[in-house]
Amino acid sequence: MTGRHAGHPGGAEGTPYAAGAARLTAGWRTGPASLREHQDVHGPLPHHGHRRPGFLAEAVVQAGLTGRGGAGFPTGTKLHAVAGRRGPAVVVANGMESEPASQKDHTLLARAPHLVLDGATLAAESVRADVVHVCLPRTRPDLADHVRRAVAERERSGICEAAVKVHEVPHHYVSSEETSLVRWLNGGEARPSGGLGGSRPFERGVRRRPTLVDNVETLAHVALIARYGPAWFRDAGLADAPGTMLVTVSGAVSRPGVCEIPVGTPVGEVLAHRGARPDVTTVLIGGYFGTWHELRAVAALPLSAGRLRPVGASPGAGVLVALPEAACGLAETARILGYLAGQSAGQCGPCALGLPSVAEDFAQLADGRTDAGLLGRLHRRLGTLTGRGACRHPDGAVRLAASALTAFAEDVQAHARHQPCTAAARGGGPQGHSLPVPRPWAEGEWQ
Amino acid sequence: MTHRLQLDPIACDGHGLCADLLPEAVDLDEWGFPLLRADTVIGPGLLPHARRAVSACPTLALRLRREDPGR
Repeated sequence: MTGRHAGHPGGAEGTPYAAGAARLTAGWRTGPASLREHQDVHGPLPHHGHRRPGFLAEAVVQAGLTGRGGAGFPTGTKLHAVAGRRGPAVVVANGMESEPASQKDHTLLARAPHLVLDGATLAAESVRADVVHVCLPRTRPDLADHVRRAVAERERSGICEAAVKVHEVPHHYVSSEETSLVRWLNGGEARPSGGLGGSRPFERGVRRRPTLVDNVETLAHVALIARYGPAWFRDAGLADAPGTMLVTVSGAVSRPGVCEIPVGTPVGEVLAHRGARPDVTTVLIGGYFGTWHELRAVAALPLSAGRLRPVGASPGAGVLVALPEAACGLAETARILGYLAGQSAGQCGPCALGLPSVAEDFAQLADGRTDAGLLGRLHRRLGTLTGRGACRHPDGAVRLAASALTAFAEDVQAHARHQPCTAAARGGGPQGHSLPVPRPWAEGEWQ
Repeated sequence: MTHRLQLDPIACDGHGLCADLLPEAVDLDEWGFPLLRADTVIGPGLLPHARRAVSACPTLALRLRREDPGR
């Protein structure tokens, strides 16, 4: 069951997969919706201030909303956890989106900032927070601008809500992690704080207060659950994975971009909707932090965490990349691993030293510069890096690398024998880079 | 009563004294960082050596956690 399918899918960025799925994306235009336009589509902000604390949390629990930032933690559980702590709390709206293959959060912020702010404000009421910190990447001053304007609009129109502070945070891959944001908001560097004996943000976060950190899309869904209720939310998607989600589709597709789908829409359908080329055989699910899969093995699988888990995949932050047939999957992966290695916070030895070693091994493999021990060395190294860091950065890179060795097994053998891979044989090859890797940005700037 | 070793990965700088003092429980990877054997519980016999390893760590990255089977 994938929800209602009325209506014709559009092609422009942000348009929904089907009319029934136009929830967050309802009424999207080419620019940010003004407060008036936002209220015309979604109605005014519902007020729950008079209800008991945790009221919203109950509704969100019943709705079954899970975090849309990639980890998929049950949002209602988080709300309950923070609401249940003593003293004033803090809400952090995470709009960092460091995953290069994902654009949905930034698109959401640029089109519907009031939806995100509604959700943040309702969450703040629910957990008794008097401040909302909206964290945006320093590389996108335009987004900070949109949100600041929206905040000013709300103030002028007399909406009484928790103070909203907009921050432009150093934009490294690991800076979007919850503990990185808390650390930065506390005056430190935007690096994960993991370690032993540390508190989780919901216990003690910003200024030692219970802190709720939620992805901006998650907050947008909260804003609508508060208006229409849990039953409405569950009317789309799957019973065990309800609602809609934003996805970013890129690569060998004629209509790359962001769209909203019922959770659990089959992978192949989403790709077809965005115009995937018929010769695509491999797809990256979950982003640069995700895994490669042969399309024929996953096309019929619903895009949801539970349904993808058996094949070792996860939707992550709703990212699908279709590998062009002319591209070399190993070369693309080598570039991504080089990027991920460079994005280590450098706090933990196995990540700071292990990832560059693995990236170098992969680069050699992709170039066909293989020595007899390369594959064995690579496999051995991959086996030692998981679970040894303060955050999941090395784990994600290892998962990506391991999935590439499986999905591109033929190419691995070809490269190991110093022969051209299937991509090179077709006239494409490692020169045709298709997956964008951000240029290193202000590498020393973490604060 | 048994104990388990825990490592703070951020504090650890790869000095490697733990592996020297407690090879039964700690290996080093090729970059000199400790690999704690997942199945190693520190029994009474190994405990003094484990305590020595914990004290020897220059960055206090290694810790011993008591495990009470009754709790």
